[in-house]
Amino acid sequence: MKIGVYVCHCGGNISEVVDIKKVTSFAEKQGDVAIVRDNAHMCSDVGRNLVLEDIKEHNLDRIVVAACSPQFHGKTFMDIVEKAGLSPYVFEMANIREQCSWPHFDEPDLATRKARDLVNVSIAKVKLDESLERKTMPIGKRVLVIGAGIAGIQAALDLGDAGFEVHLVEKEPTIGGKMAQLSRTFPTEDCAACILSPKMADVPSNPNITLYTNSQVEKISGFLGNFEVTIHKKPTYVNENCVACGICEEKCPVKVPNEFEQGLTKRRAIYVPFEFAVPYRYLIDEDICIYLKDGKCGNCQKVCPHDAVDFTQKPEKIEIKVDTIIVATGYDIFDATEKKVYGFGTNKNVITSLEMERMIVHEAEGRATREIGKRIAFIQCVGSRDEQIGNEYCSRICCMYATKLSQLLKRGDPKKDVYVFYTDLRAFGKGFEEYYKRAQRTGVKFVRGRVAEVNEDSKTGKVILKVEDTLARQIIESEFDLVVLSVGMTPGAGTKQAADVLRMTRSPGGFLQEAHPKFKPVDTLNDGVFICGCAQGPKDIPDTVAQASAAAARAIRLMNKGVYAVEPITAVVDEDLCSGCATCVSVCPYDAVKTELKDDKRVAKVNEILCQGCGSCSAACPSGASQQHWFMNNQLRAMVGAALGEEEE
Amino acid sequence: MKSNLEPKIVAFCCNWCSYAGADAAGTSRLQMKPYFRIIRAMCSSRIDPEMILDTFKKGAWGVLVAGCHPGDCHYVTGNYRTQNRILLLKNLLEELGIAPQRVRLEWISANEGGKFQKVVNEFIDEMAELGPLNLSTERKVKEAS
Repeated sequence: MKIGVYVCHCGGNISEVVDIKKVTSFAEKQGDVAIVRDNAHMCSDVGRNLVLEDIKEHNLDRIVVAACSPQFHGKTFMDIVEKAGLSPYVFEMANIREQCSWPHFDEPDLATRKARDLVNVSIAKVKLDESLERKTMPIGKRVLVIGAGIAGIQAALDLGDAGFEVHLVEKEPTIGGKMAQLSRTFPTEDCAACILSPKMADVPSNPNITLYTNSQVEKISGFLGNFEVTIHKKPTYVNENCVACGICEEKCPVKVPNEFEQGLTKRRAIYVPFEFAVPYRYLIDEDICIYLKDGKCGNCQKVCPHDAVDFTQKPEKIEIKVDTIIVATGYDIFDATEKKVYGFGTNKNVITSLEMERMIVHEAEGRATREIGKRIAFIQCVGSRDEQIGNEYCSRICCMYATKLSQLLKRGDPKKDVYVFYTDLRAFGKGFEEYYKRAQRTGVKFVRGRVAEVNEDSKTGKVILKVEDTLARQIIESEFDLVVLSVGMTPGAGTKQAADVLRMTRSPGGFLQEAHPKFKPVDTLNDGVFICGCAQGPKDIPDTVAQASAAAARAIRLMNKGVYAVEPITAVVDEDLCSGCATCVSVCPYDAVKTELKDDKRVAKVNEILCQGCGSCSAACPSGASQQHWFMNNQLRAMVGAALGEEEE
Repeated sequence: MKSNLEPKIVAFCCNWCSYAGADAAGTSRLQMKPYFRIIRAMCSSRIDPEMILDTFKKGAWGVLVAGCHPGDCHYVTGNYRTQNRILLLKNLLEELGIAPQRVRLEWISANEGGKFQKVVNEFIDEMAELGPLNLSTERKVKEAS
C-alpha cells in the first residue's frame, strides 16, 4: 500500500493558522505513507496535477487531501483520482479549514494538533477503503418545474425548446407570478405586462410543456431519474368550453376584494384573474361561491351560452414520473402589518409598494382607483435589514423599485413632492446607478434616515413622519398625503411547502439553499433538484431569468447523455453472517432491502438502485452482517481510534 | 475544570445537515474550543450504540451525535431511528454506571452554524466538568449522589 498525503495552504486560509510543516512531518511518519506534499492551492491545476502525476509516477494507490470541507472540493479530487486510473473511493479528505484554521484561529497550536489528528483519521480510513466503482444508470428527459412565475416560465420554455418533456405546476389559477402585477421594470421602464405576456402565451403553445394551473405538488418520492410526483389539481368549475365572454361575471352576485389588484378593485366569485391570464378562462372561487356553499344561485351556469360552468368538478390527483426537478416557487412580499410602528393596516394612507405598482397601472390606463395626493413618501427597508423582525438580509430590489415608482410619479406630475427615506441606496446592477441619478435629476428627494415615527393627523387623515436626516444631521417632521412602504421579500408559502415536500435545506432567512454559493448556485444537495429565482433568495428580474436558464441548463446537463453515474456507497450484506432476521428490512426508508432464500437459508439482499446509502440498516443489524460501503464498521472504528490519538495496531 | 487533561470529544455528524452546520460555523469564523473531532457519516442513523460504546472504550469523554431536525432528514426517517437508539443507549449507560449526559443528541441544520458552536462549547465544558471516563470513579460519584 502506498498513500499520498497532500496538505493545502488554501492561499493562507489554512497556513496562517495551522503549522503546515508540523502536519506534513507528522504524516511522513505514518505507516504506508509514501509521499507527503503541501501546496498553496491544492484545488488549482498545479495542485491537482501533483496528485495525478504522483499516482502515475510513484504508483500511489491511496490519496489523502487535507484542505477544505469535502462538501466543497471532495468531488474535485475524486475526479482526479479517477482520472489517474484509481477508484475515486480510495480517497479521503481531511477538513482542516472549516474544522481547524477557521473555528480555532485563536489557538494555532491546538488547531495544528487537531489538523494532525484529522489527517490521521483520514489515513486510518483510506487504508481500509475498497476500490468501489461508480455505476451508471439510465435517465430520461422528463422535468417537473414547480412554480410558473417568470423563473418557472423561463426554465420551462428553455427545456421545452430543447426538446425535454416539461410538467409545469402552478398553484394559482394563472401563470405569470408577481411580475404580472408590476407597472414597469427598472431601469429600462419597459411595461412589465408587455414583456411578460408574450412569454406567458408561449407556454401553452409549446408542444413539450404540460401546464397544471390551480395545482399543487403534494408529494414527491424517489430520486434522480426516478421521481414519482403527486399533483393535486383543484377544480375550477369551468371547463374548456369557456371563451371568456364574461356574461357569467355580470350575473354573479358575490363581490370580494381582487387580490391581483391588491384589493384596490373588486372581483366576483366567477372571474378571470387578470386580462392577460394564461389560461385565459374563468374560474369559480369555491370559498365564496353561493351555489357551492348552499346550492342556491347558480346564475353563471344559467346564463353561460357555452355550457362551460360545471359544478360537478372534483379535485384530481395526477401522478407523473420525472427525472429532474426545478423549484421556482418565488417569494411573498413582507407582511407590513408585522412592522406595527408604520401603521400599515390601521392607517389607510399607508400602503405597500405593490399597491402603488397597481395604482400606477390604473392611472396609466385611465381608470384611477384611488387618490395619490401631492406629497408622497417612500419608506425603505420594510421587512429587510431589520433584526427586530428577524430578517437580516437585504431584499435587493426595493431601492430600485422605489427609485422607479418615485420618478414615475414625479415625471407624471412634476408638482408632486416625492421623498424616499432610505438606509443605504444600493444601485448595484447594470444601469442602476445611472437610473438613480436620473431620478434625482427628475426631482425626487432622497433622504438618508430610517423613519422613527409614523403618526396620523386625526383631522386631516394625513400622515406625519418623523425621521432624522443622517446626512444633514437634522430631525425632519413632515406631513404626507400618502406613505408607501417598500416591502421586502420573504420566502413564499410555496417555497416552504416545496422545501418540506422535497426535504430541502434552507439558508438563514428561509430561502432555499444552493449546493455551493459561488460555483453551484442553482444546484442543491438533493441530486437532480435545482432552484432558481426568488425561491433561492431575493433578486430582480434579469437575475431571476438568468438563474432560470441556468437551472434548465444544469438539468439538461444531467439528462442529455441518457445515463448518469450513481454513487456506490450502498448497503452490502455478508450472507455468511446474515441470520435473515429482516431487521434491516423494517428500518429501510426506501424498501431497498428484501430477504430471499439462498441455499435454503434466508438472507437479506440489497437493491443497489433503490438504496440511497443512509446506513441505517447497518446500524440496526444485530450480527454485523449489514454494512455500508465506504462507511464500513471497521472504517468508522478506525477513524474514531485515530481521532482519539490511538496508536496503530 | 476538574482535570488538567484536555477533554476528548467525538462528534458524529450527518453529511447533509449537521456536518454542513459545522462547516457553516467554520465559514462564519465562529470560535469553538478545539477539543472535538468530527466523524462524518451519511446519516446519523449509521451510528449504532455499540459504536458509541466503542468510542468511549477508546478514550472519549463525551460523544455528540448530530443529525437533521425531525422531518428534515435527508433519508426521510433516519433521525427518528437515531433518536430511539440514543434513548435506549442512555438507559443502558445509566445501568452501566456511566453518566448518560456523556452522550448528547442534537438536531443541527446546515444553516445553524451558531447552534453548532453553542452545542459544542457547552458540551465540552460539561465534559471538562465530568472529567475522563473512568468506570470505577464514575460509579463512586453516582453512588455518592
